[in-house]
Amino acid sequence: MITVTSLSKYYGRQAAVDDISFEVPKGQILGLLGPNGAGKSTTMRMLTGYLAPTSGSISVAGHDVLTESLAVRRAIGYLPENNPLYDDMNVLDHLQFVVRMREIPAAQVRERLRSVIDVCGLREVLEKSAGQISKGYRQRLGLAQAIIHDPPVLILDEPTSGLDPNQIGEIRQLIKTLGSEKTLILSTHILPEVQSTCDRILIMNRGKLVADGSPDELAARAGSEEIVRVLFKGQPAAGLEKLQAIPAVARVEELAVDEPGVTGMLVIGREGEAGDLRELVYEVVRDEGWPLLELYRQRLSLEDVFKQLTLGENVDEDDVRRVA
Amino acid sequence: MRKGLTVCSRELSSYFNSPVAYIVIVVYLLICGWFFAANLFFDRQASLRGFFAMAPLMFVFFVPAISMGLLAEEQKHGTAELLFTYPVTSFAVIAGKYGAALVLMSLAVLLTFPYVLTIVSLGNPDLGALFSGYFGLLLMGAAFMAVGLWASSTVKNQLSAFILSFLVSFCLFIIDKFIAWMPPPLARVIGYFSIENHFKALSRGVIDSRDLVYYLSVIVFFFCWSLYNVQRRKWRG
Ligand SMILES: Nc1ncnc2c1ncn2[C@@H]1O[C@H](COP(=O)(O)OP(=O)(O)OP(=O)(O)O)[C@@H](O)[C@H]1O
Ligand SMILES: [Mg+2]
Repeated sequence: MITVTSLSKYYGRQAAVDDISFEVPKGQILGLLGPNGAGKSTTMRMLTGYLAPTSGSISVAGHDVLTESLAVRRAIGYLPENNPLYDDMNVLDHLQFVVRMREIPAAQVRERLRSVIDVCGLREVLEKSAGQISKGYRQRLGLAQAIIHDPPVLILDEPTSGLDPNQIGEIRQLIKTLGSEKTLILSTHILPEVQSTCDRILIMNRGKLVADGSPDELAARAGSEEIVRVLFKGQPAAGLEKLQAIPAVARVEELAVDEPGVTGMLVIGREGEAGDLRELVYEVVRDEGWPLLELYRQRLSLEDVFKQLTLGENVDEDDVRRVA
Repeated sequence: MRKGLTVCSRELSSYFNSPVAYIVIVVYLLICGWFFAANLFFDRQASLRGFFAMAPLMFVFFVPAISMGLLAEEQKHGTAELLFTYPVTSFAVIAGKYGAALVLMSLAVLLTFPYVLTIVSLGNPDLGALFSGYFGLLLMGAAFMAVGLWASSTVKNQLSAFILSFLVSFCLFIIDKFIAWMPPPLARVIGYFSIENHFKALSRGVIDSRDLVYYLSVIVFFFCWSLYNVQRRKWRG
């Protein structure tokens, strides 16, 4: 449905998007993830034809974004970043303006308006001006103007930014409903959002694509080294020494535990080492006769993957800090 | 072109939803009224000469107030990102906006007709000159408006757009005031660019194709430059 080939965008000499390529099949919900300034909005602006690429090409629904710009724009519904709206118009007038700009056939206008007002829950605010409704309603109006022509492709730039948790839930639900029949790209900083709504995630950093996969694939990707967290009754110094002696262990870190007499350890296995680290740790604790209180394998979360890819930070140390 | 009209009517409703349109019209009519009255009572003349003489300078102030927000506000509030991702050509958007500004300006100008009727009933002015004068007034206003449109497409802030179009309009207005001190060949060139010179003949009832060509050229020139500015923003970001 969408094909992006070697796409770049330079602002002056600074590359905001740097040679990215990807394809989005029909019906997929794609999450575009990345820290501030990664180039997400710039990419979306090029997809919608608002900005022209410096180099590379984009095709949407079989049309080239530069040479068949109007056809591409017809196929797309777009919610820009910060949800700009004509604040001096009331909600109904605003929707009617979009109806006319979107060339919706006269026979369908009533039906489309009714459907979009119901789906987005705008009925109570139809007579209010767009500049005066609450942020949640504004966001719904932004979504309404994006879907009013029932486009096959939806592009939403941070659709839930600045909303309270209830409204985030509602909008997310709405996006899921829409996504069941449309090709959808959304950008966000919120990790649980992509985890719960997206089929696939692209992570961008400094204009480049640094990861591409389903949420599970990405979470699994960084988990090649095992981390086991263990709590037992015993001396920290002895524990450190014995656990360190296991050949499959790369490193052991002590955890701060506020129960007296209890020692906590984070055991980090060597990368690519076969065997279950939990078993090895258990055997040591058993052999030493330390009463075992807790033992579990720690999974790297999507958040860790995100940090690893976009900060180049050492995840292990970060993990220790978080757990401690 | 239907969508150009949609843009135009949205623009007009935003003029009339805010105080801008009313203020512009009322202040314009008050000042014009003053010139009519001065003509009538101080000079004891039932003519439009004073009104037509002041018209260019009035436009230098009023037209930028109408045009300043046309494209600059869309940039500032980010609504340009909506507008230019709807399936509509930049040409239609700009033509629609320019059209809306012209409608507001023409409305202000035509509302001076009660004054004209007063003068017609009191004296017997040259009706031919009156109509060609009004025609020239609208044409000159459209030329100033094209300058305003261009200014609004150049900067992102409407106050800057006002100042920029005021300055350029004022230059077009003032250049022929220095002709007396210039060598004749230069004076002829500069005189041609003066926006007021071309209006003088029209206000006396002489419709000369060279004047029409001048105004149309100014309009086309600044309109195309605005279109170019909008396109360039897409490429530069
Ligand atoms: N109009 C512009 N002129 C110059 N530089 C720009 C412009 N717009 C964006 N940039 C730069 O391009 C880079 C990418 O910006 P972009 O807005 O695409 O990031 P983003 O991933 O959407 O960030 P955020 O999460 O904060 O929305 C940034 O470094 C930004 O400063
Ligand atoms: Mg962004």
